[in-house]
Amino acid sequence: MVKNIVDWIDARIPMTATYNRHVGQYPTPKNFNFWYFFGSLALLVLVNQLLTGIWLTMNYVPTAEGAFASVEYIMRDVEYGWLLRYMHSTGASAFFVVVYLHMFRGLIYGSYQKPRELLWLFGMLIFLVLMAEAFMGYLLPWGQMSYWGAQVIISLFGAIPFIGDDLTLWIRGDYVVSGATLNRFFALHVIALPLVLVVLVFLHLIALHEVGSNNPDGVEVKKNKDENGWPVDAIPFHPYYTVKDIMGVAGFLIVFCYVLFFMPEGGGYFLEKPNFEAANPMKTPEHIAPVWYFTPFYAILRAIPDKLLGVVGMGLAIAVLFVLPWLDRCKVKSIRYRGLIHKINIAQFTVSFLILGYLGAVPATPTLTIAARIFTLTYFGFFVALWVYSKNEKTKPVPTRVTH
Amino acid sequence: MSNAPVDTGRRRFLTAATAVVGGAGAVAVAVPFIKSWNPSAKAKAAGAPVEVNISKVEPGQLIRVEWRGKPVWVVRRTDAILSELPKLDGQLRDPASEELQQPDYAANPARSIKPEFFIAVGICTHLGCSPTYLPDSFGEQVEGVTAGFFCPCHGSKFDMAGRVFQGVPAPLNLVVPPHQYVDDGTVLIGVDTGAA
Repeated sequence: MVKNIVDWIDARIPMTATYNRHVGQYPTPKNFNFWYFFGSLALLVLVNQLLTGIWLTMNYVPTAEGAFASVEYIMRDVEYGWLLRYMHSTGASAFFVVVYLHMFRGLIYGSYQKPRELLWLFGMLIFLVLMAEAFMGYLLPWGQMSYWGAQVIISLFGAIPFIGDDLTLWIRGDYVVSGATLNRFFALHVIALPLVLVVLVFLHLIALHEVGSNNPDGVEVKKNKDENGWPVDAIPFHPYYTVKDIMGVAGFLIVFCYVLFFMPEGGGYFLEKPNFEAANPMKTPEHIAPVWYFTPFYAILRAIPDKLLGVVGMGLAIAVLFVLPWLDRCKVKSIRYRGLIHKINIAQFTVSFLILGYLGAVPATPTLTIAARIFTLTYFGFFVALWVYSKNEKTKPVPTRVTH
Repeated sequence: MSNAPVDTGRRRFLTAATAVVGGAGAVAVAVPFIKSWNPSAKAKAAGAPVEVNISKVEPGQLIRVEWRGKPVWVVRRTDAILSELPKLDGQLRDPASEELQQPDYAANPARSIKPEFFIAVGICTHLGCSPTYLPDSFGEQVEGVTAGFFCPCHGSKFDMAGRVFQGVPAPLNLVVPPHQYVDDGTVLIGVDTGAA
């Protein structure tokens, strides 16, 4: 009976073939480790955001008059509204945790290198859209930090010569951040950007399955196939990696649920304290800081004493990641077989990024500003140094088969 | 189906012409989508320039008008006050108005078009409180200075050109809004036709 239904569908659309190509029979390198959890976890969080987001729109009111009160209404009066809202807000931070770790995996194992450049570019576009999505979503509760954060970020566009002022006016749709801004951000947050995000995720997966997954050894498993054309170092995705990913999901959910139920505000980093006060255009909060996932870039912005150059520097910090596949001229992918200098460079880049993240979250003092300048230099220094040494890097021999 | 030879030149021309016309159409269609993001008529009306009659302002007097929800001050300064301004330069953060807190035509020692009338947004650049105008008793705040603005919230001090004193929380001078004189007794706040 079931077989008849499946056959009936397969004669009309390639259902079984598609399942086998992307899940059932997708050849996956057999040496995946801990770092390979985060792709599937990102998908899980995406589903969480879409689902809880749709449910939140059922009670949320996207107007300057109603937004703050409707979020409080969801929190207090809607059955399980508090849970849906905290799942969504905690999910936003979890999304960035997972995506940053996913990107770090790509960085250390050279997953951006040829032939995976386009895969990396789609990933970077996802990161970019995710940042826009998070920024616009943060305005919606219409709290103090929503309002003033948006004010600060939108005014960054004002630094662009000639068109800056008109551009900020166009983005806001008013002379100050107002209900018009809130309404359009709502539309973009719940419809436009999620659509783009889902399409990009689809392209990211198609690009991945076309070239095949990289692995911790950076060995191309497709180069070594048995007589049936199956890569000898690969196993079908299902059941091995579906089961492994379920383990990852279990571990992730333990941490996620702990935050969700015991510290949904994330110590003031996931939901900032001033945001529990309704937006007031006449009163600026004492200290405006972005949510934690933007702080490394915000620190770079503040480190540069010129407004326009600061905005350019912040933009470059993200843009330079896009061209990473072309900055790294080394033929060896994995950090396991690369030179000491590359290991040191990745280590200093990681430290710089984390310290910039800290610096962007605290108020600026003269000493901290100097620190932010130093780590801005080392952040960009990573890319410059990589381009210089990677051409003639002294690497270890790469094995022909994966190790595990 | 005709077996006539394919005229590739003609085919390419028709393809290009179709693409150009279609592209122009797409650009035209984009216009309403982009323009709809501009401030609506309602937002523009709420943010419209404000006309102020200044002919009846006494020397030393401050009047307040509302523009885009913000208090805007018009102060008529006496010659005595104006002559006091240059002496304060050493105590100020930005005496020469180098920060872009004013239109170009107000980046002068008196921070105004006409030295007599000082026009500024009456919101402290620290945290957005509205400073108090002290026409006679500012000496209690800064010794030897007759008049100025004092913010009661966190103690920021500004001189009679809205320039911030050193050692206070406010980082920048008060904002001078765009404005222009319609005639001697009328000023339009919120708009300038460039040079003014």
